[in-house]
Amino acid sequence: MADGSGVTIGSGQPVAAPRRVGSLRKLSRRRSATAILLCVPLIAIIFGLKLYPTLYGIYLSMLNRKMTEFVGLDNFTFLLGRNTFQMVLFQSCMFAVSAVIFKAVLGFILAHLMHNIRGRYERVWRGLLLVPWVIPLSLSTLSWWWLLDPSYSAFNWTLEWLGFEKISFLGEAWNARFVVILVNTWFGAPFFMIMYLAALKSVPDQLYEAASIDGANAWQKLIYVTLPMMRNIIAITMLYSLIVTFADFDIVRILTNGGPQDTTHLFATYAFTIGIQSGNIPRGAAVSLFMLPILATFAFFILRGVNRRTKEIN
Amino acid sequence: MSATTADQARARARNKSGSLRRQHQWALWGSYTALSAFVIMFLTPPFYMLMTSLKTSAEISAEKGNPWIVQSPTINNFVELITSPSFQRYFFNSAWVTTLVVIISMSIAILAAFSLSRMGFKGSQAIATGVFLTYLVPPSLLFIPLFQIVGWLNLLDNTWVLVLLFPTLAVPFCTWIMIGYFGSIPKELDEAALIDGASYMQILFQIFIPVALPGIIAATIFAFTVGWGAFLYPLAFLYKGEQLVLTVGIVSELIRGDVFAWGKIMAACVIGALPPILIYTFLMDYYIAGLTAGATKG
Repeated sequence: MADGSGVTIGSGQPVAAPRRVGSLRKLSRRRSATAILLCVPLIAIIFGLKLYPTLYGIYLSMLNRKMTEFVGLDNFTFLLGRNTFQMVLFQSCMFAVSAVIFKAVLGFILAHLMHNIRGRYERVWRGLLLVPWVIPLSLSTLSWWWLLDPSYSAFNWTLEWLGFEKISFLGEAWNARFVVILVNTWFGAPFFMIMYLAALKSVPDQLYEAASIDGANAWQKLIYVTLPMMRNIIAITMLYSLIVTFADFDIVRILTNGGPQDTTHLFATYAFTIGIQSGNIPRGAAVSLFMLPILATFAFFILRGVNRRTKEIN
Repeated sequence: MSATTADQARARARNKSGSLRRQHQWALWGSYTALSAFVIMFLTPPFYMLMTSLKTSAEISAEKGNPWIVQSPTINNFVELITSPSFQRYFFNSAWVTTLVVIISMSIAILAAFSLSRMGFKGSQAIATGVFLTYLVPPSLLFIPLFQIVGWLNLLDNTWVLVLLFPTLAVPFCTWIMIGYFGSIPKELDEAALIDGASYMQILFQIFIPVALPGIIAATIFAFTVGWGAFLYPLAFLYKGEQLVLTVGIVSELIRGDVFAWGKIMAACVIGALPPILIYTFLMDYYIAGLTAGATKG
């Protein structure tokens, strides 16, 4: 567990003899000195490349465009008043929530199907289903783009071949919004599948046997045995994925670059457009900082869940 | 519930086993069918990637016929890429960056995890929580302040910036995996070694690392995935051709203006996807075991 509550070497020794207390204390002091030394690189990374940039980002977001003057919360209020940013806010939340729900449902179904076949060629099936998750996202998004290309898209060719009308996948707001969610679901569902499959396998068979004897049908077993047993892992996976999905950049950047008319921009891509491409670094920093309170809320719930789970286990 | 009731129930169930088995067969075939449908859906983009990479530019621009199947296969796209100096450069850059990132991240993670899981000191709890909290600040929140910081360090448009920054993406999760594996090693093992006079470093290198090898493999694969596939940092901090890595190189160099050499782009994607696919093919079990170590306990 990531709670650092591991056992400590040497700390369990009873104080042997009063004479040796001094040397024991010295030993334990040396131990904690070594322990801190081993953690120094980790601490340096967390402080230097995570905490410091975060604080610096907060400072940056309160400067004017040329970074010469302190303007307080002006960047934030300006953004909140802009239509485009309100759309970004809406789209980011909708994207993250719906993509995570789709991924969780799809992952749950896939895990059950994998569980049903009980190990027959499991490695092969699992390997095939994991392919979307293994290919670097930016590269597979390129192939999605080509699949959805307006002029010669393979999907549109198939639609026409089946006698339907062509669809402008990336040219219309709601189509494009749906497509970015679809690609994210495609990429992330395999992760949910392996987490849920592991959780499913850990549910003891006796519980199902007992439920069968009590006359439960498959649906009742799912509701009253499987779901309660998997509750924790479902919650933790979904919350973790919410954070990652919220911060998503690759898909939107490559597939639509925010278009059409900024309707698919997420915090990350909008911050990139404003901060790096248009060179308004403070305002870009302000855009991405809007993620922080939202992510903090998620993290609070994850941490609470993890702690509770750890207590249940111990 | 007493054992005898369960046995009787099982005996009763056995009488019905004919219909049960038939039912089970149906469920099995249903599962196979549904899984096949999902596999087809999931593999559509990679399949199309592969098909396009085998097409000539003429075939792509003709826009005739079934796009799903290649009509006159060619390996020209691959040959052109492999012999192109700039593509070689991207691939080579990605390779050495990833190698260094894996080595650095794993060294940091293993040392820290050993210390946090076994040597417990004042504040180790806080550090473990801090590692977890770094998920709060994803790269998409940090890249703008980092853009300034990287500028001060004179590392803008220099591939080395990735060696500095990628470990921040890999280390927290690697440490988390390693704490889990180290924590599962029975403490009698290292107590015995301690009594025999082994130093902490000896315990780490001669007991912990060999015993936790599956966990190390899992964490290494994660670090590799990050180093090979990350897109945002290289896109934000690298511009010049010779400094680019594979992901950004393909996106920004092969797409110039409105001209899309799709055959070549897809061939480049196939080459870029190959190393991770190869690694996962052989080491997938370790990775999944490392990832789901927590899931099976809950």
